[in-house]
Amino acid sequence: MNFPILSTLIFLPLLSSLFIFLSKDKKNNFSSIYISLFSSIATFLLSLFLWYSLDVNTADFQFVEDKSWINNFIKFKLGVDGISILFIVLTTFITPICIISCINSIKERVKEFLIAILVLETFMIGVFCSLDLVIFYLFFEGGLIPMFLIIGVWGGSKRVYSAFKFFLFTLLGSVLMLVAIIVIYWLTGTTDITQIYQIKIPEEYQNLLWLAFLSSFAVKMPMWPVHTWLPDAHVEAPTAGSVILAAILLKMAGYGFLRFSIPMFPLASEFFTPLIYSLSIIAIIYTSLVALMQDDMKKLIAYSSVAHMGYVTLGIFTLTKQGIEGSIFQMISHGLISAALFLCVGVVYDRLHSRLISTYGGLVNYLPKYSFLFLVFVLAALGLPGTTGFLGEFLILTGTFQKSYLAAMLATLGVVLGAAYMLWLTKRVIFGVTKNSAIETLSDVNKSEIIMLVTLAFFVIFFGFYPVPLMETFNVSVNSLIDNYQLALNTR
Amino acid sequence: MINNLNILLPEIFLSLSIFTILMFGVFIKKSFNIIFNLTSLILILTIAIILNNPNHEEKIFLDTFTRDSFSNYFKILILISSLFVLNSSKNFITENKLDKFEYPIIILLSILGMFFMVSSNDLILFYLGLELQSLSLYILASIDRDNLRSSESGIKYFVLSALSSGLLLYGCSLLYGFTGSTNFDLIAVQLNKENVGAVFAMVFILVGLAFKISAVPFHMWTPDVYEGAPTSITSYFAVVPKVAGLALLIKFMLIPFSNILLEWQTIIIFISIASMILGAVAAIVQKNIKRLLAYSSIGHIGYALAGIATGVISGYESAIVYISIYVIMNIGAFSCLYLLKKDGQYKENISDLSGISKKHPLLSISFLIILFSLAGVPPLGGFFAKFYVFTAVLEQKMYALAIIGLLTTVISAFYYLKIIKTIYFDDSVITFEVVKNKAAQVSIFLSCSILLTFFLYPSILSNLVNSLFVS
Repeated sequence: MNFPILSTLIFLPLLSSLFIFLSKDKKNNFSSIYISLFSSIATFLLSLFLWYSLDVNTADFQFVEDKSWINNFIKFKLGVDGISILFIVLTTFITPICIISCINSIKERVKEFLIAILVLETFMIGVFCSLDLVIFYLFFEGGLIPMFLIIGVWGGSKRVYSAFKFFLFTLLGSVLMLVAIIVIYWLTGTTDITQIYQIKIPEEYQNLLWLAFLSSFAVKMPMWPVHTWLPDAHVEAPTAGSVILAAILLKMAGYGFLRFSIPMFPLASEFFTPLIYSLSIIAIIYTSLVALMQDDMKKLIAYSSVAHMGYVTLGIFTLTKQGIEGSIFQMISHGLISAALFLCVGVVYDRLHSRLISTYGGLVNYLPKYSFLFLVFVLAALGLPGTTGFLGEFLILTGTFQKSYLAAMLATLGVVLGAAYMLWLTKRVIFGVTKNSAIETLSDVNKSEIIMLVTLAFFVIFFGFYPVPLMETFNVSVNSLIDNYQLALNTR
Repeated sequence: MINNLNILLPEIFLSLSIFTILMFGVFIKKSFNIIFNLTSLILILTIAIILNNPNHEEKIFLDTFTRDSFSNYFKILILISSLFVLNSSKNFITENKLDKFEYPIIILLSILGMFFMVSSNDLILFYLGLELQSLSLYILASIDRDNLRSSESGIKYFVLSALSSGLLLYGCSLLYGFTGSTNFDLIAVQLNKENVGAVFAMVFILVGLAFKISAVPFHMWTPDVYEGAPTSITSYFAVVPKVAGLALLIKFMLIPFSNILLEWQTIIIFISIASMILGAVAAIVQKNIKRLLAYSSIGHIGYALAGIATGVISGYESAIVYISIYVIMNIGAFSCLYLLKKDGQYKENISDLSGISKKHPLLSISFLIILFSLAGVPPLGGFFAKFYVFTAVLEQKMYALAIIGLLTTVISAFYYLKIIKTIYFDDSVITFEVVKNKAAQVSIFLSCSILLTFFLYPSILSNLVNSLFVS
């Protein structure tokens, strides 16, 4: 195909943000909202088309664009396969929802906010499309700028601290990855990952390079013990910022493991499996316990995100078919569920301007529709069968049991703890006695909120019962990933 | 020899013009505006002359003066950056009553000195050029002579710089004594490890040069001079002499010291690491933007030196790319300062910037782009500068240098973020006047658009720099 569909997908949001920048309306920002909504939905449709026309029976990269870029040695190379397409669709799906959400929650500097969201979308799609390490790094790091501003400008009271922590943590992790990327270039003579897959990176370099990549992905994931920026960032970010952060930015690291760490350094990946297991198990159990003790709703969901990401890393590094498929599924599912949960918190936050659990209680009496939707997402988050949350965790645990009973048993403990903090949250917020008289006057979810939450709930339940479209898409790619990994181990 | 004089044409044109406008200024009163515009014209004409001059390497005057694509590139960089620095600071100059007709003329004189520096192929010519430049800079630093801080910075700069010139001269004479020549090419032949005296001389020369580009540990003058001198001079100091100094350093490494690579490499690595660390750490506590930019420039010189420390052509190329992008960023950053005016006073404290994003969205977003670029965040131009340098450094397997360098970028990101925080996150305190300064706005616009679009085709600059070393 000659039409550069991936570049279009990447730069469409950027282009529309330029339009918004140049458009002038001082009064109510309607035109900027419409432009951004329109362009993000167009991007979503384009990505659906891409998904539809992707051949899922091959693990090769498709829609490849290859242009010479820096002195012919680094190429601007894009392409998608069965794994990355799902993340692209997730990104383009979440972005319009964020834009709708900011109609209610963002009151000042709406135009700049929309520009930041769209620029961020460009970087996020770019991360999932790039087939060159330098391009990947460019998009991976570039996303820091808009996210820093989203947290810092539109955030809560401690926004400066959170924004700085977010930026510096991520940057610190990433510079080592940059060193690793340049070293890989001098070792192999290319940064094109399809070529690096073919060239075996010498064994003595693999471990160090793998650690350098880990330093970046662990911060972004976030893995215990470098997860501390996440609760701060989530709590202070505006609703749309939290949604993007939880739904997409965290997935970049998981995607990075699948796309870079495992295929490029198979020996190191095997070598470090125990490390990842331990970190993941600690993340699952420790952060679940921490989540139990939170009195801030957003913080609770943030910690639950860390725990869920613990499952993802655990699943990826089981390096079994079930484990990896489960991880991808879990990432997509967490993208939908955590986005929805943050939106739910945003709904009540917009009305009462409090995130504290103690402010609420007995919402079910006054906001029945809201309470119903909230319950759906809570049940999905704790992994109720019939929702996407169940399938992801189930597959990951199946994969883990094949490799290590101990890890699987400890991880299963996390499922119980997950149910505990989620249900306790529901009990305190949705049910119980209404102590706060302000709740009695609250209005139920409005039209735009219903649209966002019902769409998300639909997909959470739909894919929970019928995961085939997702599974089919990444099946072949995952198989080839594992085959190549086994091949590398056998031929060492 | 007369036939070859066209090699020297840019220098001849520049010196004749300087004398002409000097006469003009002496005899005609209130001639600042005319002379200023003439200066811009001279700068443009000199660029045209250099561009029309052939590029292949030629030497003249007993091989003391070289004209090649290397020197031409730096001359053009010097001219363009001076042009932007001068024009964007014009309003500042007139409003602060610095509009003496000598001002642009001294700038031209310093440029002439730099021309000889980058073209010299001989110790004596190099020293003459350096002194012409330095003497002009002493005067410029104290041009606001009724201002205590400006005079202080001039004196401080003069005393310390004279000391370093002394060391440099000592090194030059040692070098002459041990190699028996002042010509770079002949020194290169004579110089080897066994020649201990010459290695000694090399250390002295490096100290002198490190002083001129304000690399740690010879940086002490920089923050004080940057803060004390009028902003228009500071912006000139931060950009133009750095370019010339770096060109000279590369030239020394390339020709006379090429045979004692291992000896100077250690020194440059140390200077580079020290500059990167100090530039990052010391800037954190600064409250004055000019002082902060002084430390930031020290850090940036450290990164450029990391490229030189590799001791190979690709490293020098990366350093040249680095300094070119550094020039673009700094011109933009200083031009922003010319637009921050309140009650006829130009503000230079970071706290004065708080919340300006609400009233001045365009200025703020430009400043944001420049600051993120200075911090080296992709996909802006500043990232590519660092990328090229560290690619070259890692090619030589200097892992420690690369990792320290990249870690300092994280530290330095902190203080750039602090300015952004002040601009965007804080509440506004001061409402600045809307300043009409077309030249500064054009400079900011150009600088931002280059930094933003650099990622589209980064090869332009690297190919250009690459071609300097081919011939």
